[in-house]
Amino acid sequence: MNFDFSDEQKQLRDSARRFLEKQSSVAVVRRVLEGDEGYDRELWQGLAEMGFTGAAIPEEFGGAGLGYLELCVIAEELGRAVAPVPFSSTVYLAAEFLLAAGNDAQKKNYLPKIAAGEVIGTFAYAETAGEVTAERIKATVSGGKLSGTKIPVADGAIADFAVVAAQGGSGLGLYLVDLTGPGVTRTVVDTIDPSRKHARIVFDGAPVEQLGAGNAEAVIEAVYDRAAVLTAFEQVGGSDRALEMARDYALERIAFGRQIGSFQAIKHILADMYVSATLARSNCYWGAYALSTGSAELPEAAASCRVSATRAFQHCSTNNIQVHGGMGFTWQFDCHLYYKRSNLLALNLGSLSVWENRLIARMRARNSARDAA
Amino acid sequence: MNFDDTPEEAAFRQEARAWIAANAPKHLKEELELSGFGGLYLKSEDPMQAGKAWQKKKAEAGWACLHWPKEYGGRGATPIERVIWGQEEGVYAKLSGLFTIGHGMCGPTVMAWGSEEAKRERLPTLASGEEIWCQLFSEPAAGSDLAGLRTRAEQATDGSGDWIINGQKIWTSGAQHSQWGLLLTRTDPNVPKHKGLTMFFLDMRSPGVEVRPIRQMNDQRTFNEVFFENVRIPDSQRLGPVGAGWNVSLTTLMNERLSIGSGMPTGFPDLLDFAIATGDVDNPAVRAKLADWSVKASGLKFTAFRALSALSKGETPGPENSIGKLVAGAMMQDIAKYAMDLQGEAGILTNAADAEARGKFQAMALRSPATRIEGGSDEILRNIIAERVLNLPADVRVDKDVPFNAIPTSGRK
Repeated sequence: MNFDFSDEQKQLRDSARRFLEKQSSVAVVRRVLEGDEGYDRELWQGLAEMGFTGAAIPEEFGGAGLGYLELCVIAEELGRAVAPVPFSSTVYLAAEFLLAAGNDAQKKNYLPKIAAGEVIGTFAYAETAGEVTAERIKATVSGGKLSGTKIPVADGAIADFAVVAAQGGSGLGLYLVDLTGPGVTRTVVDTIDPSRKHARIVFDGAPVEQLGAGNAEAVIEAVYDRAAVLTAFEQVGGSDRALEMARDYALERIAFGRQIGSFQAIKHILADMYVSATLARSNCYWGAYALSTGSAELPEAAASCRVSATRAFQHCSTNNIQVHGGMGFTWQFDCHLYYKRSNLLALNLGSLSVWENRLIARMRARNSARDAA
Repeated sequence: MNFDDTPEEAAFRQEARAWIAANAPKHLKEELELSGFGGLYLKSEDPMQAGKAWQKKKAEAGWACLHWPKEYGGRGATPIERVIWGQEEGVYAKLSGLFTIGHGMCGPTVMAWGSEEAKRERLPTLASGEEIWCQLFSEPAAGSDLAGLRTRAEQATDGSGDWIINGQKIWTSGAQHSQWGLLLTRTDPNVPKHKGLTMFFLDMRSPGVEVRPIRQMNDQRTFNEVFFENVRIPDSQRLGPVGAGWNVSLTTLMNERLSIGSGMPTGFPDLLDFAIATGDVDNPAVRAKLADWSVKASGLKFTAFRALSALSKGETPGPENSIGKLVAGAMMQDIAKYAMDLQGEAGILTNAADAEARGKFQAMALRSPATRIEGGSDEILRNIIAERVLNLPADVRVDKDVPFNAIPTSGRK
């Protein structure tokens, strides 16, 4: 047993961290947060040049063919840096849908461009409030044309193409849509974390290409499990950074003639943040193992790291503000960047309660299989 | 990143599994499965005899205290092999609860600080379960503030070099069954509290030792008070230099951390089985609670795996391992109460014949307050994480540089 990343993977983490500290500095994040630019182009190009966008894309489709453990390492660093780039939508979702359901021509068309950072992709799924289910999807494809409205779509305004879930001839299907083509109207919507832009997309007879046959729900579930592991790594990266910020401030801030970090009230807040970040990290390692080996445990591991990491990032980013006191509530301090990102990531891919339900349903199925055996 | 056994580990697992299959007391399996949360509820056999018999059998075949050197009764096994053994031993490990403190804490301290003679005399009989050890650390006025202990050790005036012990310990698990004890005493009250301590090991059958079991809130008597009245200990039973007792005690505590991978019970698998059996799992509100505990349980399991990987690479387990008990202790208490809540008015029933799940959650509810206090309270564990892992400043300690006998106490200002 070796339940750790390898030395090479740790070197990759170090180089990703160095790169992001420079290229995704707080100034860069704030520029996207406060501006109209949908993402930081220079950072996005840099990530592609580092081979990160294509880390898990096989070499035959232009990727680096590194693997999913490497992608997990990169995801953690992106989360730590609250990177303002369309990485999750393009890499964890669009590329994964193509790999899971695309035909050879579709993969050859899109994957090399994703690896090269030449296109941005996304997944357009939700239409209304509440858990997204097949019944709630009203977007429809008829005669090769898509109509309906999707909101919120991550990076919807800047993406070149989308994988769209819509009702087709035989139930829910997946479709590839050129977002720069006809029949597509996109508007940026205000969200809780403006450093990652989202859009409303109205499709009115947009031409589509079917992505895979078969049961779209099963494909979505499988891709979401994979994306959940990667997103959980982003959440763990964010948790760690929020904890560090709070710890550093507790060392620096003097009150009642002492560093506030010498008070047990503050220490215990920080210890509890450490505990939740650590439990989440350990669950994430399980997820990384399951993702990289194609283990049958993936559904349970993915839901576990998703629930654990969502809780940890929410906990750490919230208490980071608490430890900072009033200054943590200012625009000037960086605490809110993490607080906003944690609220965004908690809902991207479906809310905590959805994943909690999913986790227990999966454990229950495993228990009955065990009892039957 | 993988969970797979190496070929050597797989061979070891196979050997352990085969030996257990051939030798374990299978007739006790069912009762052992029902045991837990503060007790070994064997009815068909005396738990002490059953525990000693299993330990002896293991020792004779080389399966006791696996990580100890062979000459002291162990097997010289690697940390990973020790964990593999634990996984294979499974429910039968519950029979060895009597020896946990001796094997996990007292033995390693003797190994680190004892003379060669002491090691050869004491350790093999500890490994084989012939002798039981207890740890005499806490006192009525020294719990979390252990270095504030007052049990005195004074050199005898007869020139024998012996030490005379007077004082009282408390919360000593298993003292009533123990032949030997690891004893932390104060030898010099005129220096600051951490500097005046000395460690000994003691024959519990010595004249002047009195053990009084404590009736606990769960009506069990697993903890004891131990009184010392002019108890004589030969100097050969001193562990480490006079005045170095605090450092010696840190060995004991560090070895506690080495017992990682075994995993403390959290109650989660029991709650999940219960909620499935009752159908409560169909309620989304129940599922949300279950999911929260589930990821804590899996988080602890994989945190232990990570620590184990570090250990197998030669890294020393550090204070970060405080997380296990901190999370598991509170979880067990919360889970017990939640399971009782799901049982409605019947949740007050405790008798196995009447109560849901044979009363295990009620037993857990009544045992769990101790888990959050013993071996480092939740608050002390949080301080350890904050100070030693996150490097926050130590608390202001008004007694740090003051001679022990000048420190204000409740009875002495």
